[in-house]
Amino acid sequence: MNIASFFQSTLLDTPTIVLLVGVLVTLVVFTVLGQYLKRQPAISIDQSIIRTFNSRVIAWLTIFVVLTITMTLPKQVTVFFFWTISFWALREFITMTPTRRGDHRTLFWVFFLFTPFQYVMVSLLNSSSFDWYALYTILIPVYASLFIPARIAFTGDSKRFLERTAKIQFGLLICVYSLSHAPALLYLDLQKYNPSTSTFEPWAGKTGGLLLFLIVMVQISDMIQFMWDRLIGKHVIAPTVNNTRTWEGLIGASFCTGIIGMMIQLVLPVTPFTWYGSGVMALLISVMGSSGKMTMSAIKRDRGIEDYGTLVQGHVGVLDRIDSVCFAAPIFFHVTRIFLS
Amino acid sequence: MKQVSIAILTTLAKFFSGATVRWVDCKPDECQRIYFANHTSHLDALVLWSSLPMNLRALTRPAAAKDYWTGGPIRRYVSSLFNPLLIDRKQVKVHDSPVDMMIREIGTTYSLIIFPEGSRNPSGEMQDFKSGLYYLAKKRPDLELLPVYIDNLNRVMPKGEYLPVPLLSSITIGAPIWLEPGEGKQQFLTRARQAVLKLKEI
Repeated sequence: MNIASFFQSTLLDTPTIVLLVGVLVTLVVFTVLGQYLKRQPAISIDQSIIRTFNSRVIAWLTIFVVLTITMTLPKQVTVFFFWTISFWALREFITMTPTRRGDHRTLFWVFFLFTPFQYVMVSLLNSSSFDWYALYTILIPVYASLFIPARIAFTGDSKRFLERTAKIQFGLLICVYSLSHAPALLYLDLQKYNPSTSTFEPWAGKTGGLLLFLIVMVQISDMIQFMWDRLIGKHVIAPTVNNTRTWEGLIGASFCTGIIGMMIQLVLPVTPFTWYGSGVMALLISVMGSSGKMTMSAIKRDRGIEDYGTLVQGHVGVLDRIDSVCFAAPIFFHVTRIFLS
Repeated sequence: MKQVSIAILTTLAKFFSGATVRWVDCKPDECQRIYFANHTSHLDALVLWSSLPMNLRALTRPAAAKDYWTGGPIRRYVSSLFNPLLIDRKQVKVHDSPVDMMIREIGTTYSLIIFPEGSRNPSGEMQDFKSGLYYLAKKRPDLELLPVYIDNLNRVMPKGEYLPVPLLSSITIGAPIWLEPGEGKQQFLTRARQAVLKLKEI
């Protein structure tokens, strides 16, 4: 099997491969740059910014390398990869959340029934006559939301009942349900809008590009917002939640991401969107990503912790890296599905 | 075959407990030691033992509750893998106390993991230490006594549960202490307990 026919059978088409290689090269350059800056005299640059930069770049390099490998394999491998991320994020979330003895068995089902089943259903989307999508979209928001309080009620521990059930439901919703929409993109059967004839026609590209578009846009948005906040940010949105995030950063990052989204579509059409559609999608991803970061900041401040990475000594903090993807994924998935499926 | 089973067991124990291990002011070493830890869960002995480097695992035996680890074929099999010193908590004989048994069993090669609180406290608060640690230190003054603080494992598997919930926990191992000359029993046990509690803050 030659290389061309190998990639034919994967989730990647040519524009996606080019984008993926571009991202990987950029991250490698950033890694080298970060290591170079680390060795500079401490007085010239703020060391804490370098440390933040380095840990983020290395985390994202790892994620993209794994994603590159999984996307050359059958779809189920990518789904499995996202399941492991969900699993890890959920365990960070629940570790941070005070639960009581009475929640133990509920948590067991959350980790070992709802989480895997959600991802099994992702891998069954569009594969059989049974409408797995219907169950996929309601399993956690409806059935798990009913199961969790009921199961806890049966244990007889009513202390702070609503608070405890809400925490577990929220963790499951964000870490598992929301994130599962990212690999679900791979299973969409999409059309492309043709402006010259004003009709929809089947899209020839591969769905791996959609997933890559989502993740790259979230990352670009995070990065631009970080820079805008530092360079021109004046009006902090909510100092008690996060004292670095500013209105200038939020608005600036959304528009810049939107413009980058348009340009990517014109140069490397990895998605079936039109160029303006791609811009709107990128803008939407950026706004949702920022909302995710703000929400998770609020939870962290409430719990009095800095980062999920410092929660238990020595852990990496997966949730810190994926919170914006979690918020952007379901919206991106649904808008794509409504307009182009 | 047994090596494979041990590898699977330690991997599972580390996976479910999500334990990170930190050695603070001490290093893994093959010399004879006593690790004394707070007791929060039945998994304590297994997880702490699994978190040690492989060469130390072969030389370290955890003290564990006989009634728990001989209850049922699965627990019996698991306990045959991690080679614990099973302590009978129900019948403490005067002429062959657990301390004598431990000293005899570890000889001059094995290290030991013990939980001086004796039993787990459901509230998670650390209880007072029982005197076993003092007598061990007195009879074997050559052994290093390493305090260990185990955090959050009681939520992974609380008292009375048999299925684990895979949260994250951490194990902190601190600098060794010894029984000082002329130090009284109560004084020493309080100091040892403080040494474990201090690791909570690090």
